[in-house]
Amino acid sequence: MSGELTPTHSAQGTSASFIEQVKQAQPALAPVAHPWLACFRAEGMERFAKAGLPTTRNEAWKFTNLRGLDKLSLSPAPDARSVPVDAIPTALEAAGPRLVFIGGQFRADLSRTQGLPDGVLLDALSAQMAADPQGLADRMEGLLARFPGADHPMRSLNAAFLADGALLHVPAGVKLEQPVELVFLAPAGVAAAWHPRLVVLVEDGAEATIVEHHAGQPGAAYLSNIAADVAVGTGARLHHYKIQREGTDAFHIATLNTHLADASTYDTFVLNLGARLARHEARQVLGGEKIEARVSGAYAIGGDQVSDITTLIDHAMPNCTSREVVKGVIDGKARGVFQGKIIVRPDAQKTDGYQLNRALLLSETSEINSKPELEIYADDVKCSHGATAGELDEDQMFYLRARGVPRDVARVMLIGAFLDEAMDEIIDEQVRAYFRAAAAAWMGTERA
Amino acid sequence: MSLIEIKNLHASVDGKAILKGVDLTIKAGEVHAIMGPNGAGKSTLSYVLAGREGYEITEGSVTFDGQDLLALEVEERAAAGLFLAFQYPVEIPGVTNATFLKEALNAIRKTRGESPLDAMQFLKLIRAKAKDLSMTDEMIKRAVNVGFSGGEKKRNEALQMAVLQPKLAILDETDSGLDIDALKIVAEGVNKLRGPERGMLVITHYQRLLDYIVPDVVHVLANGRIQKTGGKELALELEAKGYAEFGISDAAA
Ligand SMILES: Nc1ncnc2c1ncn2[C@@H]1O[C@H](COP(=O)(O)OP(=O)(O)O)[C@@H](O)[C@H]1O
Ligand SMILES: [Mg+2]
Repeated sequence: MSGELTPTHSAQGTSASFIEQVKQAQPALAPVAHPWLACFRAEGMERFAKAGLPTTRNEAWKFTNLRGLDKLSLSPAPDARSVPVDAIPTALEAAGPRLVFIGGQFRADLSRTQGLPDGVLLDALSAQMAADPQGLADRMEGLLARFPGADHPMRSLNAAFLADGALLHVPAGVKLEQPVELVFLAPAGVAAAWHPRLVVLVEDGAEATIVEHHAGQPGAAYLSNIAADVAVGTGARLHHYKIQREGTDAFHIATLNTHLADASTYDTFVLNLGARLARHEARQVLGGEKIEARVSGAYAIGGDQVSDITTLIDHAMPNCTSREVVKGVIDGKARGVFQGKIIVRPDAQKTDGYQLNRALLLSETSEINSKPELEIYADDVKCSHGATAGELDEDQMFYLRARGVPRDVARVMLIGAFLDEAMDEIIDEQVRAYFRAAAAAWMGTERA
Repeated sequence: MSLIEIKNLHASVDGKAILKGVDLTIKAGEVHAIMGPNGAGKSTLSYVLAGREGYEITEGSVTFDGQDLLALEVEERAAAGLFLAFQYPVEIPGVTNATFLKEALNAIRKTRGESPLDAMQFLKLIRAKAKDLSMTDEMIKRAVNVGFSGGEKKRNEALQMAVLQPKLAILDETDSGLDIDALKIVAEGVNKLRGPERGMLVITHYQRLLDYIVPDVVHVLANGRIQKTGGKELALELEAKGYAEFGISDAAA
């Protein structure tokens, strides 16, 4: 299986000067002594220089144009240790473990890693690169081996700039009671690029919840280019939620690979609200039997925003279930992209796959590109998918208003109800409520 | 004092004239019925009064409680005390009945200068009203009209009316889809609302409903105009003779 989401990329279309700029930015990183990690960076650079940025000529990127990204400054953010931070977003009522990054750089002073069960490792990659580079290299290598052929130019770029990120390792049988929050904030007014890496291992029978926050302010053209490698062991459960509220001049690109073992549960949800261009590309490899994969998301965008949710659910083994509900609200001249591919390989008999994609277009100039793709090679499977795009229902609007509900409140109610169908997929109640409130806040500002 | 005064009202849809000079005045305290064959323009009249988009008013005026009704937004008409019980209530997945009614009631209270009800006060109110209509708590928690039978939808309209306490209630074929028991319950709800300061406009195709909601005045609407006006005995007459007299061969029963 060779990179279904990423057919061969070519450097054509990316200016040589951009690649030159990338190469020049790289030495600004703190050097890394460990040979595997150094090699990982060097190979990343090499692969990116060869591939260049994806262009719309690549099938997987035909709806999402990275034009403008090559105009960004790719230098790392200046030292973020003294950047003042007034509010750190949290989805939780009680203070739990968290790692905070400003401009991609770890801020130990804002983070909390105490009180975790024995054997659980939650730390910044930068800290682990100093403390236990061999341990980190082993984990990363082991993870990468699970995704052969998953080459991707943005992952290569991420690798070339490996400097920081988050490591969460939950040993077998350990259950994390509190969710772990990973908070990535952009420093105000800084045009730079950072490339956080997430390394997540949830071993057999373990359970964890991760909430990623990505946030920034408008006015700075920065790039946050995240790559994540996740493994969920036999019988393990991982709830993996992400809320993206980058500044509206920013690029946010996240490329996730998740490997699921026998009888594991993966419950993931992404909420895209921010960024000028956001691409959340998630590949789930169902590498065992009796897996339950829930891969859902929502977005609410306006202005000139682009939100791209691209997923691959790869059923390699029999008796697994996958469920995907992605819904988006699009206003102004914004554009939503949904590419949802489900592969059912010849061995994956008794697969049960469900996919639903809906878009609500709030303006004449809003747009949705939806591309569901089912590739089924097994004969005894149950797979359904549906995609719709529509406007606010006039009869529903009239009914609400005829009862006295003002037009703008009625709109918010209907948009909220529309998104709720996706939000209901989130298993964790606290996170669900937080994501709902964030979407409601979006509607409030969109109305103003 | 007249609650609503409709004068020479003409309305068209997509250039097709549907209301062709409706004159109708309802005084506070009165219950009027409009009967008429299918396609007469009964629902059109009710939608035009409620302010639905898509209708062009080409002539005429409507004064409601001293205001120019046609100049008001849909929600302003509701706040002014106009209520339309829909012939076909709309389903709204994802919005619960309770949330919907609380938003509606508090929006209306706000324009009346009253303070909003809190969750507890509202729940108490809606429970009491629902009980009167033999509706369960579970129906209040369900999404608006989703999964409701035809009769339940009509009961839900009656519930909304009971909660919002309008000055003028227009009931568009509230009897359709109701069995006799449900009809009695809904009619009882409507009768409860009758009072010296309120008016009702009961639109129906059949005389049956008027046995339970006894009107003061009955009008026949056909071909876009009020063709005849009389007392409650007119309903019985129509039941017997049909609408042939008005150039339409549509038996009422
Ligand atoms: N949206 C519409 N577009 C075109 N014609 C309409 C529309 N709504 C109603 N009509 C027509 O107007 C006439 C009156 O309809 P309606 O008011 O629903 O009648 P009633 O409620 O008395 O049965 C009918 O001939 C109907 O076909
Ligand atoms: Mg009708």
